[in-house]
Parts: sequence; C-alpha cells; structure tokens
Amino acid sequence: MTNVNDNHDGNFVEFVTVLITDQLFGLPISRVQDVFMPVNMTRVPLSTPEIAGVLNLRGRIVTSIDMRCRLGLPKKDDNRTPMAVGIEYKGESYGLLIDSVGEVLKLDESTREPNPVNLDARLARVSAGVHRLDGQLLVVLDVDRVLELGNEALAA
Amino acid sequence: MDDLLREFLTETNESLDVVDVELVRFEQDPNNAKILDNIFRLVHTIKGTCGFLGLPRLEALAHAAETLMGKFRDGMPVTGDAVTLILSTIDRIKQILEELEAQQQEPAGQDRDLIDELERMVVEAPAAKPHAQAEAETKAEAETKEAAGSLVYQILERPLRPGEVSLDDLEKAFRDTAVEAPPPPKPKPAAKPGKAVAPPEEEKSDSKVSSQSIRVNVETLEHLMTMVSELVLTRNQLLEIVRRHEDSEFKVPLQRLSNVTAELQEGVMKTRMQPIGNAWQKLPRIVRDLATELNKHIELEMHGAETELDRQVLDLIKDPLTHMVRNSADHGLENPAERRALGKPEKGTIRLSAYHEGGHIIIEIADDGRGLNTEKIKSKAISNGLINEAQAEKMTDQQIHKFIFAAGFSTAQKVTSVSGRGVGMDVVRNNIDQIGGTVEVNSVLGEGSSFVIKIPLTLAIVSALIVESGGDRFAIPQLSVIELVRAQTNSEHRIERIKDTPVLRLRNKLLPLIHLKRILKIDDGTNSEPENGFIVVTQVGSQTFGIVVDGVFHTEEIVVKPMSTKLRHIAMFSGNTILGDGSVIMIIDPNGIARSVGSSVTTQHATEAQENDDHHVTVEDTTSMLVFRAGSPEPKAVPLSLVTRLEEVDAKKIEHSNGRHLVQYRGQLMPLVRVTDQVAIRTEGAQPLLVFSDEGRSMGLVVDEIVDIVEDRLNIEVGSDTPGVLGSAVVKGQATEIIDVGYFLPLAFEDWLRRKEQNNLSSARTLLFVDDSAFFRNMLTPVLKAAGYSVTTVGSADDAIRLMKNGQEFDVIVTDIDMPGMNGFELAQTVHSDTKTANVPIIALSSMTSAEAIERGRQVGFHDYVAKFDRPGLIAALKEQSAALADAA
Repeated sequence: MTNVNDNHDGNFVEFVTVLITDQLFGLPISRVQDVFMPVNMTRVPLSTPEIAGVLNLRGRIVTSIDMRCRLGLPKKDDNRTPMAVGIEYKGESYGLLIDSVGEVLKLDESTREPNPVNLDARLARVSAGVHRLDGQLLVVLDVDRVLELGNEALAA
Repeated sequence: MDDLLREFLTETNESLDVVDVELVRFEQDPNNAKILDNIFRLVHTIKGTCGFLGLPRLEALAHAAETLMGKFRDGMPVTGDAVTLILSTIDRIKQILEELEAQQQEPAGQDRDLIDELERMVVEAPAAKPHAQAEAETKAEAETKEAAGSLVYQILERPLRPGEVSLDDLEKAFRDTAVEAPPPPKPKPAAKPGKAVAPPEEEKSDSKVSSQSIRVNVETLEHLMTMVSELVLTRNQLLEIVRRHEDSEFKVPLQRLSNVTAELQEGVMKTRMQPIGNAWQKLPRIVRDLATELNKHIELEMHGAETELDRQVLDLIKDPLTHMVRNSADHGLENPAERRALGKPEKGTIRLSAYHEGGHIIIEIADDGRGLNTEKIKSKAISNGLINEAQAEKMTDQQIHKFIFAAGFSTAQKVTSVSGRGVGMDVVRNNIDQIGGTVEVNSVLGEGSSFVIKIPLTLAIVSALIVESGGDRFAIPQLSVIELVRAQTNSEHRIERIKDTPVLRLRNKLLPLIHLKRILKIDDGTNSEPENGFIVVTQVGSQTFGIVVDGVFHTEEIVVKPMSTKLRHIAMFSGNTILGDGSVIMIIDPNGIARSVGSSVTTQHATEAQENDDHHVTVEDTTSMLVFRAGSPEPKAVPLSLVTRLEEVDAKKIEHSNGRHLVQYRGQLMPLVRVTDQVAIRTEGAQPLLVFSDEGRSMGLVVDEIVDIVEDRLNIEVGSDTPGVLGSAVVKGQATEIIDVGYFLPLAFEDWLRRKEQNNLSSARTLLFVDDSAFFRNMLTPVLKAAGYSVTTVGSADDAIRLMKNGQEFDVIVTDIDMPGMNGFELAQTVHSDTKTANVPIIALSSMTSAEAIERGRQVGFHDYVAKFDRPGLIAALKEQSAALADAA
C-alpha cells in the first residue's frame, strides 16, 4: 500500500502511520521521537479527560494523551495494550496513545487535500489535511494542535 | 582580556555591594576609621583596576569618590549629603558596569555632573575641616589618632601582608593622609601604582580563604546538581530491586553506593548553599534611602545573616524579602512625630532574622510600627467581596490579617513611590508558595507586625511521605507533615462527622479532615469505611488539617520534577517524581489542598467548635449564655436573652409564705423557684437570682452562683428527661446543662399560662411554629403560648406544608429560615402561592439578620423578620400581625 511517486519533483513528507479505531492517521516523522509501549502509567486526578496519565520513559516523565478521547472517538473496548508515539512539544515529552503503529509512508505534499467540510469538528481541529491512499484515507495529524488541549480545556 | 574583564566585573560588583553596606554603616558610625578604611580600600582597588583595564570613565568616577572619602579620613565631618553623593556615584559605577558587561566595552558618556559635585564637596571641605576639628576636639583626638596613627597601619598591615607589592604604595598613600596632605597629591600616587597592582591586591585582601576557593560557573553547579538528582533516583531504583531479592550479592556494594550517593548529594547541595546575608546585602541601602525619602528614622537590625540556604531558593526569596522590608518601612513604621506621640522611640526598628529549623529556614521580618489595622482590612475584604459581614464577624484577627495576601489588596491610603499600588503581598505570597514555603503574619495594633516565612532549604530534593489513596500513590512533602494518626472505629482516634464534615478529635482539639480521594475526585469515598484510615496531620501556615489516606508506605528522598504544562493548572499538585520502582507519582501541594478546602477548614480554633452527633439540634451561630451553678458543681446555662435581670437580694428579705419562697421585688411579691431541690436558699448574705419577667409578672430563679456570660455555639448534644433541663451542651469546653425556662414559669405561677389563655380565649389564635432545632421549639413554645397562641410545632418546612395540605389552618406562621431540606424562604413562597393560605402572615425567625437576608425575606413575602433571640420583638411582631388581621376581618 505504499504510494510513493518517486522521480516526482514535489515535496515529500514522511509519515508514521497509526491506527486509531479503524481510521488511519499520519504523523510527520520529523516530530516522532520514538514509539513505545506505555507501561506503568500513573493516572493524574483532576486532569482533563484527554490526559491518560504520566509515565516514566527512560528517566523522563512523559504525559500521555488518549488520542481516542482527544479525537472524540469511542473508548477502547478490547483489552489490547495501546501503543504510544513519543512527541516532543515545547521542551516537554508527550506520548500519544494509539491503537497500533503501521509503517512509514512517503507522501507527496501536493496530493494532500484539505479537510472535507463535513469532517467531525473534533477531528477537523487537529487535522492538517487528508491523503488518499489505495482503499483508504490517511488523516494528517497536526501535532501542535493535538497538544494544544490546555487552552481548549481552560476555555471550556 | 575577556577573562580579565569578566573577573573584574564579578569582583567589582561584589566589592560595590560591600561598599553599599559599609557606607550606610559608616554614616551611622562616622568615627569608625576601620569601616572607612575598608571602603577606601575597595574604591581604591576599583579605581586602580579600571586604570589598568583602560576604563577612563569608571576610573574618573572612582577617583572623585575616593578623593572625597580621603577627606573624610582627614577629619571632614561625615554628612548625609556627602554619603548620598557617594552612594549615587556607586550607583553610576554599577550602571556603567552593567553596560560594560553587555557590550564588552565602556559606554560612551559623561559623568561631569557627579564628578563636579564630588569635587565641589572636596573643595568645600577645607573650610569645614578646621571647624569640625575644633568642634570635636576632644573626640577627634582619639579619632585622629585612630585615623592617622597606629591603628591605620595595623589595619593596613593585616589584609596586605600577603600582597607585598602594594604595601609600599598604600603605606605611602596613608602616610600622605597622615600628614594631612591636600587632596591632589594623594590620589596620584595611589592611582599610578594601583594600575599595576590592584588586581592581585584585591585577590589577596580576601585573606587566606580566597586561596582555598575557586570560582565555579553557576551552570556547572546546576548541571552537577541535576546529575546528582538522577543518581539519587537510580540509587532508589536499585534499592527497590534489592529489597525484592532478599539475599542478593549486590546488597553490600549497593549499601556502599547508597552512602556515597547520600554524601555526594549533601556535598553538591553544600556547593549551592549561600548565606542569606547575600539576599540582605542591598537592604541597608534601601532602608537608608527610604528613610531619607519618607523622613523617618529607621534602624535595620539583621541577625543570622550567615544562615545558609540553596541559592535557587535564595534567588526566589530575594525580591519578596526586599518588598516586605520596604513595606515595613513605608506602612509599618510611623513617622517620628507619631512615634513620639505614642511614647515610642523616634527611631523605628526593622528586625530581620534567619535561622534553621528542621529541614527549613525561618526568616522573620518584624517591625515595631503601628501594626495591621484589623478593622481596615476587614472592611476592605468585605468591600472587595472576599467575605461577607457575617463571616467577618466570626473571624479571628489573625484570619483577617491573612487577607493582606489576597490579590489586589492594599490598604495604604495613598500611593507612595514605595508601596500601595496593589501589587504587593499577594506577589510575595505567590513567590513563597512557589518554593513550597509558607508565610504567616502576627500583628498587634500599635505594637508592630512580624512576618514569619518558612521555606525549604532546597527545592531539588525533598523528603516526602509516600501514601496511597484510592489505589494510587502520592507523595506529601515531609515539610508540612506534623504527625501521622491511625484512625479506627474502636480506638481513641476515630473519624467523626459534623453534618457531612469529617473531623478528628486529637488531643482535645478538633482537626478538620479532608479525604484525599474525595478532593482528588478519585472516587466519592462512600464505599470505603468512613471511620478508618490514616490521617496525615498537615500544617500550612497556621492552618492545621488532616489528610485522610488509605495507606502510608514510607518516606523517600524524591527529586522534584516540574509537571507538564498540561497539568500545571491542577493546584493540588506541586510536581511529580519518579519513585524507586520506576513509577511516576504526583507530589501533593499542601498549600493547594489548604486553599481548596478554604473556609471550611478555617477552624483553627477548633477547640471552640463542638462536635455534634445529633444534627437536628444544630444552631450555627453563637449564642450569649449565662452560665451559673445551682445545686451541683456542674455548670448550668440559659440563653441570656431570656433573662430579664440578674439580681442579688439580701437573704434576710426572703420570706416564706404558704410553702413558697417570696421576695419583695419592685413593689411586688416575686415568687422564687429553685432549679433543683438541692439548691439551698440562703439564710444570710446575698442570694443571687435570675429574674424572668413577662407581662408585668416576675419570677426569681434561685441559683448558687453566677459564673460567667459566654458567647458560644449552643448545640444540645444530649437530651434530658429531667424536668426543667433541655439537655447538655458543651459551653466553653465544659459539659453544661441547659435550663428550660418554660418549665419554671408555671412553677412560679400555676396560672401563668392558663391566665393568659383565659385572657385571650376569645381571640385565641392558632400559630404554626416551624424550627428544625428542638431547643428553640422547646424554648419559644411557652413564650408563644404565654402570648395567647395555640401553638403547633413542627421540625421542618416539609412537615408544615403537609399539615396545611391536610387542611389544618393557622392564623399565623413563625418559621426559622435556615433549615435542612426546604428552608424558610421556600416555605414562605409555597404558602403564598397557595390561594388558601396566601393571606396567612409569616414571621421569619432567624439568626441570619443581615440586610440581604431581610430584603430577600420581604421579597418572598415575610411579614416580619425577627432575630432569633429577640423575644419581645417576636411578641410585638405577632401582636402587630394579629391587629392587622383583626382590622382586615
């Protein structure tokens, strides 16, 4: 399912693809620090619902964001352990909890399409556009906007 | 050159700070040649170094200042003006140094203004000199001897002994002054050799200590500290692993590693320690300038300047301290005229002291000024909407004083350049909160105030208690933990409840409790055993409360890591940390907890609040009570408002007639009633009586002794079957019987009630009395009956509605306002919305007699509003309503 149009002059961006529910999302690889299995997570009372907890990743305290909650998707029903994508944002470490990690895709920037107007508001808020792949759509996640939950939470 | 310049900047800045302090000292003690020499030497060094580094502007300034100081040494009187001038010169030098640091080169500009001033003063000096000397001949004798004579050499020799090169030059310079050389020749020889010599001289003047110390970049230390923190974490982790494997061969080396780590940690911490005096250095100068500006005489005392604390903490505490000292000088201390009028010494004192206590440092800022004006703060707090008047009445002075730490709170009447702009103590408090410290204020009007700041010695690594609540672990900083108490159902300590507020009886005090689970909303806490748990007794400022947790593990040295920005808004946590087992836990912020509980935990004076098992007899407000003894040593009490008078009658005047005791009282025979049969009516001396009057008739209740009148909450905890006793309550910490006056009235006059009833039979009206307090129902029913009403009492508004729904009719309703379930306001609305009862007058009876409550009462249709203990008022209101009804009919 690679969709690499090599020998093309366009700007290519590499994405780490992740699955949340059945939807495919893409995170720019430049922003992804690592992918890890979140273990021994400590929940944080009184935090916003998106925050799944904090955990220790090699001596750093990582704040985990429950992406299903962030995107307004239904809670996880199976018992499979989620995966986490490590992101650095303004000098702090975050882990985005997702269902599973796919592969790395190189996609042409020029084929990225804007969000469909009827896209769910919670999704549209963090989406930087859509790529059409063979048989499915990839929603590009804007990492900065995903992590701007503090302000929204405060405003709410 | 760069290194040299940096060295020069650091050294010069330090020297200038010393000069600042020394000059202020010198001004107060102008005869102290030692101080002057010290200053002279520092300025001289600066000048010399500047010449050496090619900084003409600085050199010229230093030179001019030095010349003037040379004059002082020659005996010129030290004036405030001259010192001010030198101080401003030093400020200018500092300013230039700052720019020098930023731009690597001396900024362009002229300092002619200052130099001219300085020179003018020098020129004027000769005129003053002989005069001064003549004037202070006797004193000067010793002084000149000191200044010019042997002492100078002694002082010089000491610091300069290691610096052989400079000794000659300085000796020469001093010899010049000793001969009272005119100004010009002196600076020259001093300046020239100074160029080559000054830097090493400064180095050595720091005495031998300097050769054993090196300068280390702060960043290096910070990094070292971070690394040590990580090491501590790793050690903790390893210890945790070994704990699980009993007989591991790692055990011994790990123990060693642990010890070494602890020592290393201590060592690195030590490198970061600095005397608090560093934060105080600028204060004498600030106070001096303030004193001049405000025309006050201020003395700044400093104790414990050598007390050490972490430089990070030191940095954070510097500004708040400065602000508080300014505040004391500006608001705290009165001006000399006021002080004289109050019989205080003209010179006000600000005392700064610092000392270690446990793992923290205590800094106290005290002044002997006017103290905080409680009334002003109170009214300001009310007008700012922080509290209402009723709350304010109940607060202690200390609680009210705390409002000065509220945001935007300044009671200064006028804005001075110093303070009163509304940014102030709240910033101070925030800064102190940030470093996990507390600040308390103690103030006595007219005698002064003192602020006590308690801060941890270091921020990076703290000792914390690891607790468990709702399945999660949390760390509570040891600093604020006083003790741990295990509460169990059957033990001495068990969790009790006042309504829904859990409390713990701890050594005769009531400790408000907070369930960590509930405050963190982990679960609602209902499913856990409510009477058991571990209680972490915590103190924040003067507030003490207990945090209820499910379990307590151990204490651990934790490395505080800042929380993610996404979590920083949660006031309950101050940070997070990684435990030995690798898991992350949140660190509880006791300040946040204390604040979130807020006013519900302001029961520091918990001794006064009574626990109470029967909720239905709760009277929230305090009641004036007359405490007396009658028949037994245990105190008895009756609400003061029911007592008409306290009398003492001559026992000889008590007559006995028809099996009753009587006394002639105000032209009538007044029957006397004993509370119990044990009360002996005296046969001689004075017999104390409580007189109850109604409708022109009086009754005397014979008592043994009137003890006191107290204000306290009246909560009848234990009911009573004894006639005449409503029950027992704790009054001022003692179990006290509350007397039922209604029982005694008919004893005095069998017809007391009957007579009234007959009188009013034709107009007997039905009255519904609604009050949740059995005490008031018992207390007022006789009174209402006596007023000629047929009284029906119910304990809640719902019961009242039910009665009326069932078709009972009442002519008038008297109701309490503050009741559980439906309150009085709602009752009135309900009654008025029903067409059948819409015209029934309703009188509110409440302890809530604030203007708002009365206004609200009118809106919902109360016909009258009477304070709970205003018995005559109630009768009058009833009469008025009856009359109105009669008119209508």
